[in-house]
Amino acid sequence: MRRFLFALAVSLAPLPAAQAQTPNTLLNVSYDIARELYVEINAAFAKSWKAKTGQDVTINQSHNGSSRQARAILEGLEADVVTFNQVTDVQVLYDKGKLIAADWQKRLPNNSSPYYSLPAFLVRAGNPKNIKDWDDLVKPGVQVIFPNPKTSGNARYTYLAAYAYAKAKYGSDDKADEFVKKLFANVPVFDTGGRAATTTFVERQTGDVLITFEAETNAIRDLAGKDKYQVVVPSQSLLAEFPVTVVDKYADKHGTRALATAYLEFLYSPEGQTVLARQYNRVNDKTIAAQFKDRFPDVKLVTVEEAFGGWDRVNREHLDAGAKLDRLFAARQN
Amino acid sequence: MRRRVIPGFGLALGTTVLYLAAIVLLPLSALLLKASGIGLSQLIDILSSPRTLSAIRVTVTMAFAATMFNAVYGLLLAWALARYDFPGKRLLDGLVDVPFALPTAVAGLALTALFAKNGWFGRPLEAIGIPVAYTPLGIAIAMAFTSIPFVVRTVQPVIEDLGSDVEEAGRSLGASDLQILRRVIFPAIFPAFLAGCSLAFARSLGEFGAVIFIAGNQPMRTEIVALLTFIRLEEYNYQGAAAIATVMLLMAFVMLVITNSVQAWHLRYLARGED
Repeated sequence: MRRFLFALAVSLAPLPAAQAQTPNTLLNVSYDIARELYVEINAAFAKSWKAKTGQDVTINQSHNGSSRQARAILEGLEADVVTFNQVTDVQVLYDKGKLIAADWQKRLPNNSSPYYSLPAFLVRAGNPKNIKDWDDLVKPGVQVIFPNPKTSGNARYTYLAAYAYAKAKYGSDDKADEFVKKLFANVPVFDTGGRAATTTFVERQTGDVLITFEAETNAIRDLAGKDKYQVVVPSQSLLAEFPVTVVDKYADKHGTRALATAYLEFLYSPEGQTVLARQYNRVNDKTIAAQFKDRFPDVKLVTVEEAFGGWDRVNREHLDAGAKLDRLFAARQN
Repeated sequence: MRRRVIPGFGLALGTTVLYLAAIVLLPLSALLLKASGIGLSQLIDILSSPRTLSAIRVTVTMAFAATMFNAVYGLLLAWALARYDFPGKRLLDGLVDVPFALPTAVAGLALTALFAKNGWFGRPLEAIGIPVAYTPLGIAIAMAFTSIPFVVRTVQPVIEDLGSDVEEAGRSLGASDLQILRRVIFPAIFPAFLAGCSLAFARSLGEFGAVIFIAGNQPMRTEIVALLTFIRLEEYNYQGAAAIATVMLLMAFVMLVITNSVQAWHLRYLARGED
């Protein structure tokens, strides 16, 4: 008890500033399930930077739930760049801390998102419950695993994707509410992050279907074996953007702006896009996308803008304390 | 005045107060300051929302269940450790402290692996219709695990101090075993036992790491107060988090005041015994 409160209080108080870094070091603060991705990206970038400038660079990684990471930065973690899975978690760096420019989304192509993905399903081999689309998830007796939308950006996309699907198919907010209530009722565990949900599904053998980013579903299947799991991409899903930006305040303080900018631009280069696609992220570069076409089944993707009128409205109407998500959580059918 | 081993009342008290202020009071006042930013009506709204109430209910009832379990089992354990000699006693004695030393998240992961439906304990329990992982029962088990040392470690020294001569005295005066237990032993260890139980209860209320892995974290069903606080933080809702955390602080404080009064009572009881 006391320990928890202490930790809480400390996390509420501003942390002392970290030591200034030498300009050939970057800190990339990122979301939970991107560890393996950035290990590969960083190696490729360091090689290309060395070839170009002769300088050795070290990119340090920090991974955790994306909102928690944003909070850590607001409280003093001196990130040079952020690579998150949700626009709001970057936006908050401007809204609450003025650490980045207001127009950060315009600084790089595709709203500053070098790649995109979508919530997809992972089912056990042979697909015993015959899960093809969102409707199959609300059937009685189907156990669905995804993390808590309150603590995981990944799961917020899942919630919004399910909601958007139901609203498009059944036509009204009320029907969509019912649909999501039924979906929540089929969830036996709400873990706090994407990786914990993966553990619940894979290690604990709990649940019939795991919902997470398409990239993660493919990675798990490759890791655990194609004879154990298969990936199911639903007919419609939500476009998940992975926004990146230089954290101006700290990059300037560390003198790393040029390096940080080059690092993010590298994500858009053919080489960066290849690494991203190889790790099952969908990319915008046409040539690279064509090379990896087999990996990415066709799916109708709606955007948060189209389905919900933007992240501001999503936060206000769905995600804030006491808004729709809280009400649906509390009222879900048992 | 008799010379003290540690020099200077002024220095000793000064250090104590400074330390307590910097390490304990400062973070707590930061918490209260955050919470004080919200108005009373908003505070009541936050605390009386069904979600908060349900989290408080789940936390308190499961902490109570865990404490009840530890009360019985911890007392037995303390008794066995204090009164009997057997091979492996030192090892067992050391094992009691493991929940103190182990990171609670590790404990949570291990318990979940054991009690999940494909785990060693979970599989047979599931077969007879008692699912543990991802149910309130799992929360109670995690809390019982992390708080058992409190009961054992407060009661054990008292039993050791008690000595078996009082039992023999009772027996020589013709008391039955039950009478000795009820009239001689239990009154002597009761205050320490109560103090241990309330410490265990306070710890259970605040347990986070071990619980979130096994709880399932379902709002209105298996969501604990500490997680709800954490969730409010994830929403950048600092004040909501602080409001809920303040309630936990109050609950813990009340439990600790109770513990301290019980212990003070115990000391008076012992002093009376020496007259």
